[in-house]
Amino acid sequence: MSTPSSLPPLTAANPSHNSLARLGWRRLRRDRLGFAALCIVGVYLLLALGAWSGLLARHWQDEVAKPFAPPTLFVGVGPQHVELNAADIDAASQRSRAAAAGDSSAATGLAASEDPLAADMAAAQQQAAQYRSAEAPKADSLPLGADQRGRDVLQKVLQGTATSLLVGLSGALLALAIGTVLGAISGYFGGLLDDLLLWGYSVFTSVPDMLLLLAFAAVSGRGIGTVVLVMAFTSWTGSYRLMRAEFLKHKSREYVRAADAIGASHSRRMFHHILPNVSHLLLVQFSMLTVALIKYEAILSFLGFGVGVTQVSLGAMLAEAPAELLQGYWWQMLTVTVVMSLLVTAFALLTDSLRDALDPKVK
Amino acid sequence: MLSIRNLRVSFRDEHGHCVPALKGISFDIPAGRTVALVGESGSGKSVTAMAITRLLPTHGCQIDACSEILFAGRDLLTASRRELRQLRGADIAMVFQDPMTSLNPVYTVGEQIIETLMLHTRVGRKAAHQRAVALLKEVGLPTPDLKMTSYPHQLSGGQQQRVMIAMAIACEPKLLIADEPTTALDVTIQQQILQLLASLQKKHGMAVLFISHDLELVGQFADEVVVMHHGSIREHAPVQQIFEAPQDVYTKALLCCRPHLARRPARLPVIKDFLGEAGYSEPPQRQRGYLPDDEVILEVQNLSVEYHSRHGWFGKQHCCQAVQQVSFQLMRGRTLGIVGESGSGKTTLGLTLMRLQAASAGRVLFAGHDMLAMSPRQLCDYRRRIQIVFQNPYASLNPRFSVAQILTEPMLLHGIGRDHAERLQLAGNWLERVGLSHQALGKYPHEFSGGQRQRIAIARCLTMHPDILICDESVSALDVSVQAQVLNLLQELQDELGLSYLFISHDLAVVKHLSDQVLVMQHGRCVEQGDADTLYAKPQHPYTRQLLAAIPQGWPHSFKPQVA
Repeated sequence: MSTPSSLPPLTAANPSHNSLARLGWRRLRRDRLGFAALCIVGVYLLLALGAWSGLLARHWQDEVAKPFAPPTLFVGVGPQHVELNAADIDAASQRSRAAAAGDSSAATGLAASEDPLAADMAAAQQQAAQYRSAEAPKADSLPLGADQRGRDVLQKVLQGTATSLLVGLSGALLALAIGTVLGAISGYFGGLLDDLLLWGYSVFTSVPDMLLLLAFAAVSGRGIGTVVLVMAFTSWTGSYRLMRAEFLKHKSREYVRAADAIGASHSRRMFHHILPNVSHLLLVQFSMLTVALIKYEAILSFLGFGVGVTQVSLGAMLAEAPAELLQGYWWQMLTVTVVMSLLVTAFALLTDSLRDALDPKVK
Repeated sequence: MLSIRNLRVSFRDEHGHCVPALKGISFDIPAGRTVALVGESGSGKSVTAMAITRLLPTHGCQIDACSEILFAGRDLLTASRRELRQLRGADIAMVFQDPMTSLNPVYTVGEQIIETLMLHTRVGRKAAHQRAVALLKEVGLPTPDLKMTSYPHQLSGGQQQRVMIAMAIACEPKLLIADEPTTALDVTIQQQILQLLASLQKKHGMAVLFISHDLELVGQFADEVVVMHHGSIREHAPVQQIFEAPQDVYTKALLCCRPHLARRPARLPVIKDFLGEAGYSEPPQRQRGYLPDDEVILEVQNLSVEYHSRHGWFGKQHCCQAVQQVSFQLMRGRTLGIVGESGSGKTTLGLTLMRLQAASAGRVLFAGHDMLAMSPRQLCDYRRRIQIVFQNPYASLNPRFSVAQILTEPMLLHGIGRDHAERLQLAGNWLERVGLSHQALGKYPHEFSGGQRQRIAIARCLTMHPDILICDESVSALDVSVQAQVLNLLQELQDELGLSYLFISHDLAVVKHLSDQVLVMQHGRCVEQGDADTLYAKPQHPYTRQLLAAIPQGWPHSFKPQVA
């Protein structure tokens, strides 16, 4: 596409020449709520980028704290977790031995001299003591607490957000690509092609979404790639319908006819002329889909069809919540809930503002 | 009865700046008289009407505190919502421009009239029904009983506007505001609606505020004329004075800018001509008509176009004849005008010649070759040589493209110009040729006015060096003064580049001004064809006569510019 950037003397001479995109950006800047939402989404994306590139939360799997270490601010507020380590067990067995007193051992009822395995046991214990490495001291509390295995919830939630965003964004992109291409063909050419695609669309939409999602997920195993594909295949229908209607509407507009008159080919008319004119809808559709897919991912992971066991996502974290809540450990669930609500709300508000800002019905 | 005092209205644009729409206007509408408000788009005439009925948006619109609109002694601007509701519909009624969107499509016509009656008068349903039938009869609808149970889409545009008028006069209003009531209608229907309004006005003794952009139209109908321009009143005088001795230069310009059936100056006057010190004098008249030694560039023989539609896969196929057996010749450097009302097939004809629409029969010989029989490859070059300028300049330019992109794209597609720099240079030259500056290249369509956009659309066609330009209602959406400028531009380009025009329009005066030969279409058929001057002077076909009779005549001895 030849852009006005190739005309430096003209555009640079007069900065007041505004493309619709630039006008839209300016309008978005003026919309305070929308701009705040944009900033929040931007921060999330930066964090996710950090996590993807390994700069942030790379060691989320390390067990850096005691299991269920509470958040720093709430030490002693929640239920106290009693951890039994080797020393505790030894001490307990010492105590029981002392209680059993003298001639008979607690475990076997035999005196040490009569026990045929006593020598072997002593040797094994000595060996174990030899190999016991000096363990890193485990923290008693973390900024946002720790989970069952003592992993840092903060790092986990960063990594989880990154995964969820990756799944949401790439799923939405893929769904949008499928929907746009099919919708464009369907709406632009019409006729038999349109009928066939519409039938396909009807078949897809006749099955309840969640059922379709679960069916796909069940046959294709776990993993990020699968989740993205599954969600793209189930959620392209909305953008297909939208794009079909838009192309149907735009193909008879005068500017498209004018493009036909100057000899532009079908694909040029479809993707060079019409597509930029519906791009604002695509952008809105994209952010709406992203929100929906982040939520879908959470549901899938919660049900056990989500990302693999070595990965973490917001949904996978939520899946741990019920068991934790029963024992009174609330911090992981609260963190995930806040992080996810903020993300989803900011995305939804951004969508609203984008819709207002990018409306091309400008005077 | 209604008096507007110092009305100032301003709108807040999206940047938060105040844009004045009305700059302190004052005028009166006496009882039982018709006052016409005339002006071009953006002059504030509709805002005035909306202010009277208090239909202006509450958000972003400011009415100055000293403004007053007195209706029977009451200030409408300070009246409560309750009072207003009683006034609207009962004492002040309104007829809008587009009847298709003003009627509620899910209710029958009868229900909508009955609703108005029952809201404002204390009558029962049965009485209201009878009154509604009487009203429909009064506005001249055939079989009013049947029409009561029809839905708006079952009526034609003219009938819908009659229904709107019936609703407006249902409660015997003292003031009727008609905002461009005939602009969306065909010229013959327009005449009927105007006559209806005039007779109803006399019969009921209403005051009418008639808003229009067309001064000629107003001449038949109004007692007083208020000419508005950019939110202020330029001239307010009785209709006779406006037409015979206009004082203001703008009024004079409005009177002369429009092409006239009786005159054909070589160049139409524009408003700028009247602002000069010297005053305007008309250039010599232009002679029109095909000459015997003209070269035929386009010959159309028995062209027919059919539309097919089918309901479902196994439904019966419906066939609609949009164009039937049309034949004509277009000479190099000449103009063929095609006139007809909506649905006459004139636009379809233009699209078919561009091969934007498939023909079902006939031949189109372009320089001796049948365009309809060409393969897409052969067609490519011929397509470049025949181009089209569409009606709506707001829709025909891609809003996402800069002017540079719009103008260089056709050159890119047809391999004109060696590289991008050269194409840009050419585009700039064409822009200057159509009267825009080189600077416009970096701008986007929304930064231009309607007239400027139409110039860009013309420049886009010219980049391909066409032989024939099809102008499909190309000036119909433009204001009178801008229309004159674009018509002058088209004429200059024809003289300079030897272009042939196929000028499609519903406006007979414009067609007369520009055409050598005229073809009249009705229901897809060509009913009459002939030399422009002869056809207008001695129309043969009754339909042509009907069309000519429907042209608003303005005032018999109206102001004329001096002939140089």
